[in-house]
Amino acid sequence: MSAHLPILQILIPLMAAPFCVILRHRDIAWLISLIVSLACFAVSLLILDQVLTQGVISYFMGDWPAPWGIEFRIDVVNAYVLVIVAAIGAIVSLYGRHSVNKEIPKNRIYLFYTAYLLCLTGLLGMTATGDAFNLFVFLEISSLSTYAMVSLGKDRRALTASYQYLVMGTLGATFYVIGLGLLYMMTGTLNIVDLHDRLVGMDGSIRTLQAALAFLTVGLSLKLALFPLHLWLPNAYSYAPSTVTAFLAATATKVAVYVMLRVFFTIFGVDIFEETGLANVLMIFAIAGMFVASTVAIFQNNIKRMLAYSSVAQIGYIMLGISFLNATGVSAGLVHLLNHAIMKCTCFLAVGCIVYRMGTVRLSELNGVGKKMPWTMGAFVIGGMSLIGVPLTVGFVSKWQLISAAFEADMMPVAALILLSSLLAVIYVWRVIEIAYFREPTQNTGVKEAPLSMLIPLWIMAGAAIYFGIDTGMTLGIAEIAADMLVGGTP
Amino acid sequence: MFLQDGGAKTVQYLDFLSPGLYNYWIVIFLMMVGFYIVISRGNLVKKLVGLNIFQTSVFVLYISMGKVEGGTAPIFGEGFNTFSNPLPHVLILTAIVVGIATTALGLSLVVRIREEYGTIEEEDIHAQEDESL
Amino acid sequence: MSLELSIILAMAIPAIGAILIALTGKIPNLRETVTLFTAVALFLNVLNLLGPVLDGQTPEITFVEMFPGLAIAFKVEPLGMMFSLIASGLWILNSIYSIGYMRGNKEKHQTRFYICFAIAIAATLGLAYSANLLTLFIFYEVLTFSTYPLVSHKGNETAVKGARTYLGILVTTSVAFLFLAIAWTYAATGTLDFTKGGILGGHVEGPMLGLLLMLFIYGIGKAAVMPVHRWLPAAMVAPTPVSALLHAVAVVKSGVFSVVKVIVYTFGIDNLVESGSAGWLVWISGFTIIAASMVALRQDNLKRRLAYSTISQLSYVVLAAAILTPISAVGAALHIAAHAFGKITLFFAAGSIYTAAHKTEVSQLNGIGWKMPITMTAFAIGALSMIGLPPTAGFISKWYIIQGAMSSENFVALSVVVLSTLLNAGYFLPIIYAAFFKKDDGKPDHGHHDDHGEAPLPIVIAITSTALLTILMFFFPDVALNLAQQMIGGAP
Repeated sequence: MSAHLPILQILIPLMAAPFCVILRHRDIAWLISLIVSLACFAVSLLILDQVLTQGVISYFMGDWPAPWGIEFRIDVVNAYVLVIVAAIGAIVSLYGRHSVNKEIPKNRIYLFYTAYLLCLTGLLGMTATGDAFNLFVFLEISSLSTYAMVSLGKDRRALTASYQYLVMGTLGATFYVIGLGLLYMMTGTLNIVDLHDRLVGMDGSIRTLQAALAFLTVGLSLKLALFPLHLWLPNAYSYAPSTVTAFLAATATKVAVYVMLRVFFTIFGVDIFEETGLANVLMIFAIAGMFVASTVAIFQNNIKRMLAYSSVAQIGYIMLGISFLNATGVSAGLVHLLNHAIMKCTCFLAVGCIVYRMGTVRLSELNGVGKKMPWTMGAFVIGGMSLIGVPLTVGFVSKWQLISAAFEADMMPVAALILLSSLLAVIYVWRVIEIAYFREPTQNTGVKEAPLSMLIPLWIMAGAAIYFGIDTGMTLGIAEIAADMLVGGTP
Repeated sequence: MFLQDGGAKTVQYLDFLSPGLYNYWIVIFLMMVGFYIVISRGNLVKKLVGLNIFQTSVFVLYISMGKVEGGTAPIFGEGFNTFSNPLPHVLILTAIVVGIATTALGLSLVVRIREEYGTIEEEDIHAQEDESL
Repeated sequence: MSLELSIILAMAIPAIGAILIALTGKIPNLRETVTLFTAVALFLNVLNLLGPVLDGQTPEITFVEMFPGLAIAFKVEPLGMMFSLIASGLWILNSIYSIGYMRGNKEKHQTRFYICFAIAIAATLGLAYSANLLTLFIFYEVLTFSTYPLVSHKGNETAVKGARTYLGILVTTSVAFLFLAIAWTYAATGTLDFTKGGILGGHVEGPMLGLLLMLFIYGIGKAAVMPVHRWLPAAMVAPTPVSALLHAVAVVKSGVFSVVKVIVYTFGIDNLVESGSAGWLVWISGFTIIAASMVALRQDNLKRRLAYSTISQLSYVVLAAAILTPISAVGAALHIAAHAFGKITLFFAAGSIYTAAHKTEVSQLNGIGWKMPITMTAFAIGALSMIGLPPTAGFISKWYIIQGAMSSENFVALSVVVLSTLLNAGYFLPIIYAAFFKKDDGKPDHGHHDDHGEAPLPIVIAITSTALLTILMFFFPDVALNLAQQMIGGAP
């Protein structure tokens, strides 16, 4: 049994998805997705434990040995990402029932859960697989189901957002395939580890190699919404159902970042990557994204849109950490991967509660919501504080690590820029807090606190935002092991 | 200069015109055409057409690289000694399937957009949204 | 009770207190009893640490390792001991005062007020006992955010604006400068522990040392060195107990306390003397002292005048530390205590006047001394301490600062102290004079408050106690002096 954990991780949601369609009942579909996502979470924890105690897991699909067959290869890096994705999946399905019932037309709810399970399958598959082309297939599974989920939003603009996302997402995925094709031309293999073995020692100035790297980078940047390729993200996050937004914000972009890390550090290796000078370009875009997106966030009236732009900025932090090309920087990126998932999930879940009770996401209509929904807004404040990077929240841990990396790379001005940009977060978070707590409620006088089944998952996330802000042994510890492995060049 | 080295260097410079690279020129051409359509057309269906052309260029890219000079289809038997690499073909089969799924989903979204907005022209949709603001 | 437990309890007691206050919020009497009990329990707990620290022990405890080799850790050293004694002791008096004030003025959201207050005190104690810069920074920020609801307490336009300035400046400086400075220090030295003699010697040198010092000084916005002082007048929109304990004692003292700690334990006095990179600090803090006093002269709002006086007095501490002699460092430590007692008395008096007479401007105070004799006598004692006249605490600390300035022949510092003493007298004595010797001109707009007497009893109790403390510290400075001298490693 334990030998088959990697494939179970993917098979459980994949097999469960058709049942949701067959049974056509929204509550049963919800129950299935809840049980499945909890099971996935349990499996991911077992995998992490297995990786930490016994080392890398190699699972050969259908017993075809790599590099010919498809290999699922799980080391600390993807075991860690698997846990993040599965945990968020579990929390979101626990939370989703009320919110989904309210925001999605009744006759489509079972389809939503189907898409949700397929999306989970895709994301987990992308993370677990050790084959670069198989990764593309999982990428498309998750993307296609995501487009469908986004389009289920109530507002008709969800449709255009979804369409826009589809076009840009497909372009991104195709770019990835082109890059991969060029690599295949050079090496004749698609297995990630095998690719590394064949590329190692190659000259970084070979043009095909550079072109491949460029295509892969652009393709993945589209997927992970690196500024200025983020244009699909604000619309998709704003108009998707709240549950979907919370899930996507915490997982989809994160998995894309993980893939990018794999490409840079495992496939190409830090030497070739450094030689191409791409890291410097990424750094510029990352920093620009931190400032531009945060500034744009300040001027949003739609709270979901504001958080969406904040996500673009936070992706900038993650990429910045990676572009330092040292172990501390990569560990900062990795730990922010988790931390940002926690804090953004908290914020979006809180917004979901607000939508559930008030039916609006416009900041100007949220006057005094803090008094009417104290628990919801309390969690939002914790999430917001994490976005700023206040000590004792997860945001501080990431920021500290990121700044240490900047100093390690001898780039003090960059450290200063990181801190300055986090001040922009103070402004947009505080705007919400002032509106929520210091304006007198104008309408919706009958608004109550959200139901307990939404508050519990919300506060689990908020609690995690505090807990992992104090006890970093687990998160930062694993991130550091993973970063050492990636930068150290041992695949 | 051309005279001195007997034109050898010129030939080297013009290497990219060699017939072996013919396929790749088509790939690049298709890629750019597709990309251009996606960016420039306002009609949502045409955009999907562009997207398809873009994807097709990748199919051609993969299949071209699998070609081995003088190779045949991978059939085991007498007289077949050199095979073209079958793996890219298989990969592209998968990619085609993915492409179809994407197109189907894209088209169904267009249908839904048409139902909600009554148009599939990007400009008209934007105009309607600006009005609603 | 073990000392380690006491350290944990120093933060846990107010934190648990905050929870209990939240639970008992519906019953005001019970809630306030809980507050008082928590305050007394905290003070006793802190006293438990005093004996061992006076004997030269430094109890320490590591809470959790946050980053490899970098932990949230606590270590009670003499300066922190003194600061915690002041903060926890005055919290008792301030709680008594708060009860009178909040009820007297029928303030809203009293439960939130007491909760945030308790959290702020917990953060202050954490800051006082922090064993390294990371811990200090964490509690510094917790203190900022936990006091935000207190500053914006009234919830009206002015309060929200004031609170925005408050938070804006404190967060901006701490994130942009202090965080950077700490990360820089860590990158350069590989440690953030507070160590006797400093840790930066040999790691950062030349102009960079000056730059780092500047980042620290302006990063610690709570020390209110000009030009990052604007938050303090803005914070005066808070209810008076907040201004009294937090913006005269806990928060601002956290600022100067951090400055002293950074100069003594991170840079090291000797290191700074050798490198000569702290010269500008004397000038800038001297300028702050004089300029803030000048501004105070022109303020008619009593609380704003007190706020500017606080800014100037805080810079005394910074100046004393910047003189870079052991004896002036003792002066700095003593001034933290002396100013705490004096200024809390003054704020208590201001709140007392507001509660009883609803007066906020200096120009309205003519003849008030006869109606509120206890309040105004206490005010006079506090004012004398600010000016630095015997028999008040302010005299002692000023004495040490002047001695330090003389011993290092720092005439800039010396003349600043002399000039500012005159200015202090200039803005405090007229108030006392008016209160006792001018006739009430009985302006009609305040006619209906004219028949007031003293403030409610809790306020009177609190104000008498702090005024007495101001005098007692003059006659019995031993404990404070002992602690201050231990900080620099024995009597100078």
